[in-house]
Amino acid sequence: MPAPLLELRQLAKSFGGARALRGVDFDLHAGEVHALLGENGAGKSTLIKIVTGAHQPDSGTITLEGKVVAGLSPAAAHRLGIACIYQQPALFPDLTVAENIGLRLEPGSALRRVGWRQRRDRAVRLLGQIGANIPPEVEVRALSMPEQQLVEIACALGAGARIVIMDEPTSSLTQKEQHLLFSVVRELRQNGVGVIYISHRLEEIFALADRVTVLRDGQSVGTSAVSEINEAALIRMMVGREMTQIYPPGESAPGNVVLKLRDVGCKASGVHAVSLEVRAGEVFGLAGLVGAGRTELARILFGLTPADAGEIELAGTRLAIRSPEEAMNRGIAYVPEDRRRHGVVLEMPVAENMTMAVHRRIFKGAWLRFGAERSLALDYIRDLAVKCSGPDAPAGSLSGGNQQKVSLARWLATKPQLLILDEPTQGVDVGAKSEIHRIVRRLARDGLAVLLISSDLPEILGMSDRIGVMRGGTMTAVLPGNADAHAVMSAALGQTR
Amino acid sequence: MTRHFRELSVAGALILVLAALAIFAPGFYQPQPLLSLATREAPTLVVACGMALVIICRQIDISVGSQFAVCSVSAGLLAAQNTPTALVGLAAIGIGALLGAINGTLIAGLRLPSIVVTLATMVTWREALRLQRQGAFVNLPDRLQWLGLSQSSGQWVLVAAAVALLAALGLAMRHVAAGRFVYAVGTDAEAARLAGMRPQLVTFLTFVFMGALTGLAAMMNVAQSPQVDPKSGTGLELKAIAAVVVGGVAISGGRGTLWGVFVGLLLLACVSPALTHLHVEAYWEKAIQGAIILLAVVADGVRTRKTDR
Repeated sequence: MPAPLLELRQLAKSFGGARALRGVDFDLHAGEVHALLGENGAGKSTLIKIVTGAHQPDSGTITLEGKVVAGLSPAAAHRLGIACIYQQPALFPDLTVAENIGLRLEPGSALRRVGWRQRRDRAVRLLGQIGANIPPEVEVRALSMPEQQLVEIACALGAGARIVIMDEPTSSLTQKEQHLLFSVVRELRQNGVGVIYISHRLEEIFALADRVTVLRDGQSVGTSAVSEINEAALIRMMVGREMTQIYPPGESAPGNVVLKLRDVGCKASGVHAVSLEVRAGEVFGLAGLVGAGRTELARILFGLTPADAGEIELAGTRLAIRSPEEAMNRGIAYVPEDRRRHGVVLEMPVAENMTMAVHRRIFKGAWLRFGAERSLALDYIRDLAVKCSGPDAPAGSLSGGNQQKVSLARWLATKPQLLILDEPTQGVDVGAKSEIHRIVRRLARDGLAVLLISSDLPEILGMSDRIGVMRGGTMTAVLPGNADAHAVMSAALGQTR
Repeated sequence: MTRHFRELSVAGALILVLAALAIFAPGFYQPQPLLSLATREAPTLVVACGMALVIICRQIDISVGSQFAVCSVSAGLLAAQNTPTALVGLAAIGIGALLGAINGTLIAGLRLPSIVVTLATMVTWREALRLQRQGAFVNLPDRLQWLGLSQSSGQWVLVAAAVALLAALGLAMRHVAAGRFVYAVGTDAEAARLAGMRPQLVTFLTFVFMGALTGLAAMMNVAQSPQVDPKSGTGLELKAIAAVVVGGVAISGGRGTLWGVFVGLLLLACVSPALTHLHVEAYWEKAIQGAIILLAVVADGVRTRKTDR
């Protein structure tokens, strides 16, 4: 048996204190489709970035066709025949297909002569090789997403790629487009290319892949031939872990229904027919894979992309939420996902960040009262144990966990009845994480209804009184808080078992 | 100290220039020419205040010169028909606000880039005015001169009005919630929206306010001369933007103070008389002003690079 195209041994990588990879083994043979499977945050993206040279591993070896390579840079990866097709193709929309392919494949100086005919012929040849019927003279802007992916694949072929990585290529494709893509992948395999295929969709893996490797918590937990494994076993491999963190007990006795959704949907954001109830004093966890529609649902509830179908009831009153302002006035608070971009304004002091949503309430009339602002800020700094030099410290000088607390304080200051938390502990260190968990639990105990969106499965399981699972823009299951990881994962992956 | 480092360094430069003048050209410090200089710059200060708000809001308005001309000519025509002076002033402000509202509607309502919108309105107002006036000046009635006061009290009133406006706005930007909205929207409009503000409304109102201030500045200018030139206000946008940038307002929005703008304008305004008194050829004026602007921008660039690292 020839040496594998690619062999990774004990790859490890840390970012700051967070260990993204802690010993991954993986190999890929010519003419094989090897699927990579794992929850959000299991380490798939980091692994891909190491193989494409975007990140350098801290330890471990990368072997290409029997030769150990040290220090893989993006240029070196390209030269060695490694190509990656991302979910969002990185093409130039205003250039034609032929020009896009030419830009990738034509080496030489900026002043070289452009061989237009040659460029066109190459595009026709490469696109023909993968059976794609795309005229080379159209602008990429006019192509659909899958057609753009095909152009990317043509580029990879033209560059003589031996290893093609596909990162969730079907996430935005229709059924028919998927079939086209699958046949191209099979074509690549036929030609001796090794394909690393990443997908959350188990049915795709069974239809397409030869082998599958499961990653969990930055480790490879097993590799198996697809023919020798079933879905249940795969899910077990993905979730089979012990709880590593202690979660505060959910002792609350739920009160009245605060939020009630009936068949809520929004065409623009792809959410449809979501029904749920959240009670006062309850943490309702919202689980699902990235792109399942959880953030989109939160944005509907906060009036950012208003619902165009179904009914929303807040504390027994039916209403429409058309703007964030309206949502706030109704007592809905939304701590958004991307803390550094939307949660806190890094340039502004802690105090101003905390009062940003409550100007009208603290400042009677138009005049700002700095005393009132300061005392409110000091209250929350004490209450949430925000570590900072004082209310005047710029929010950007705080650690991630403390920034998150500032973001949380801003919304608690609005005295909401429903608190929506979107990935509240993403990128937060372990200590701050459990502090935030305790705060959330305390808030629920004080009678707040909490909607907790998290991609961290143990967090969902540990924190939630009930768990709603979303998939493909809708709610697929509502499980009790003591549900096991397997049940949540099955629902998120769309397995009815 | 570090928080206002940028403003303080401009103030330092201004003090250096003033000290140099005191030593080498004490003739600069004569009350009447200084008062005249301040009176000439008063309308620019008012426009620069508005421009500071617009730039803090992460927008720009290059149509202020043309707005200024439209407001001036309108005020002149009204005054020529014996309209009471107070009413003329209100009309100038109202017309300015209306022109600002047109910019604001296009920029905030249709979400068009402000540089393009105000370029278009700049050319449109200017050319419309030329077509209408055919270059003819508007003669003003005597009672409008210095608002009906003596020349020196009129000058004092105009200068005091401009400085009072600056002080009031400076306080308001810090102490009134609306001021903070402008900073928040200029720093991160999406974050402001997620905090329940209405970024588009804030942007719209900022342009309306800019227009109203331009109208006020036009009125202050009309009161200084016996006739109105339909070409007045040409280049005003550049003077205002220069003062704002030299005064330390970040062109990327969200940062800067009005007193910085005040100091910046003083520094730029001193260049021309300083050259005269130091017997340097007046041709150097623009070059030196350009150098000051460049220096300010480079200093900002270096500082931001440092803090980003």
